[in-house]
Amino acid sequence: MPLTINGHDHDFAGDPRTTLLDFLRRDCNLTGTKKGCDHGQCGACTVLVNGQRINACLTLAIMHDGESITTIEGLGTPDNLDPIQAAFVRHDGYQCGYCTPGQICSAKAMLAEAASNWPSFVSEDLSGAVRLTREEIRERMSGNLCRCGAYSNIVDAIVDVMEREQ
Amino acid sequence: MRPFAYSRATDLDHAARLAGDGARPIAGGTNLLDLMKLEVETPDALVDINRLPLGGIETHGDGLRIGALVSNSACAADERIRRDYPVLARAILAGATFQLRNMATTAGNLCQRTRCYYFYNTDMPCNKRAPGSGCSAIGGFNRIHAILGASDACIATYPGDMAVALCALDATVEIAGRDGQARSVPVRAFHRLPGDAPERDNILEPGEVITAVMLPAPPGGKHIYRKVRDRSSYAFALVSIAAVVRMDRGAIASASLAFGALAHKPWHDTRIDDLLTGQAPSDALFDAAADRLLEGATGQGANDFKIPMARRILKAVLREATGDAT
Ligand SMILES: Cc1cc2nc3c(=O)[nH]c(=O)nc-3n(C[C@H](O)[C@H](O)[C@H](O)COP(=O)(O)OP(=O)(O)OC[C@H]3O[C@@H](n4cnc5c(N)ncnc54)[C@H](O)[C@@H]3O)c2cc1C
Ligand code: SF4
Repeated sequence: MPLTINGHDHDFAGDPRTTLLDFLRRDCNLTGTKKGCDHGQCGACTVLVNGQRINACLTLAIMHDGESITTIEGLGTPDNLDPIQAAFVRHDGYQCGYCTPGQICSAKAMLAEAASNWPSFVSEDLSGAVRLTREEIRERMSGNLCRCGAYSNIVDAIVDVMEREQ
Repeated sequence: MRPFAYSRATDLDHAARLAGDGARPIAGGTNLLDLMKLEVETPDALVDINRLPLGGIETHGDGLRIGALVSNSACAADERIRRDYPVLARAILAGATFQLRNMATTAGNLCQRTRCYYFYNTDMPCNKRAPGSGCSAIGGFNRIHAILGASDACIATYPGDMAVALCALDATVEIAGRDGQARSVPVRAFHRLPGDAPERDNILEPGEVITAVMLPAPPGGKHIYRKVRDRSSYAFALVSIAAVVRMDRGAIASASLAFGALAHKPWHDTRIDDLLTGQAPSDALFDAAADRLLEGATGQGANDFKIPMARRILKAVLREATGDAT
């Protein structure tokens, strides 16, 4: 069974060692997803698998046939940006831009997790409705490092998206 | 990464058979692939167990049965876990990140390997990675290493958070073996001390596959998971404590404590729980509990700080658990 990547079918038949990240970048020519540390520590390779955010560097392409992958290329186009992409532009949520695709994919899934009331380490009440304070956003985005330190603008961008959605 | 043969298990027997022949089960892959990239782990074959029907959290007697493949995210988000076993939800949420927890599984998390720097560095001797080669951490840099239960062969710690809460809850690991055999082992007895075989982290035998973790009936009481680490998010524990404490008319009716990052296994000592049970909370009682915990504790130099830190954190947790009664 092929993998469905951004709505298109891709067959994988390579070396089993190929990570999902290398498959996307090298074999599918989808270089928006970035390789940072390659060890699950930086989040630059964050993509969505069946709607959930994961580190594409710590999983094998061969494990994902039949699954649906969304990368940054699948979120918006230059003429029709995803609201999160537009907010990152408005708020300067980056400097060099290397971590940005991972940040945006991560933010996209983060908002869905919060809407499903998934708690985080800083949630005081485990069972209540999640309210995305800045502290909550910081904790929930802590898997995406930004060496330029654009963190405060990234949080501003996410807050902006939330406010516009309400 | 070294080449390996990949196969996908079609059923549990198939997985156990392949694992018995030397294939390593791969679940989320977040620990195994990390180590394979560094060639710390070099399995000849992987058996992908992800499509086996080992997911889902079900009622089991008065408790719950958590399938081996339930992701850490799904477990921490489950309403029953959040309501009845909050110490488990808190411990899971204290570990790694949302991305990693979405991939990480219940069984994989239990079996995660140490974060000892020398275990990761294939240029250095390490008895856990290369039995008989020596231990670079003894006399080396050992800030994250064990203060309890270490041996002359290895002073590594078990780094995980989830298993510490499972020990406090007295959960059980359900294991399938070859030829349809099955056994259950308390989480408290699942991980082992290094002794002279530090290459073995736990009691799993070749060919055994974890199928589930069982939680007993909800214990009630106050649940606390306290994790001390170098930064407030996304770091492994230096000291962690899981506590489930029930009070009755001003006295401790029951206490169950487990400790992370102090030893080669999540640390549980029934004598600490017994010492607290039936007593009115007091500073002296909490000190006695800490004395019991730290009996025989040995620093290795860079980790000496863990000894006073464990005492302080234990006392703070007990104060909070008993309602700041002292
Ligand atoms: C950057 C980073 C930060 C992290 N921070 C933390 C943290 O703060 N706290 C914490 O607790 N953890 C942390 N982790 C570790 C993480 O929790 C583990 O990597 C994860 O839980 C492993 O689960 P997995 O399903 O991905 O396991 P895998 O990598 O698939 O497997 C791990 C081991 O378990 C074995 N295994 C898997 N399933 C079974 C089964 N059913 N039966 C028998 N054996 C099995 C495998 O053979 C392998 O040996 C961190 C990881 C990373 C990369
Ligand atoms: S402490 Fe254990 S894991 Fe670390 S170097 Fe020594 S033997 Fe290896």
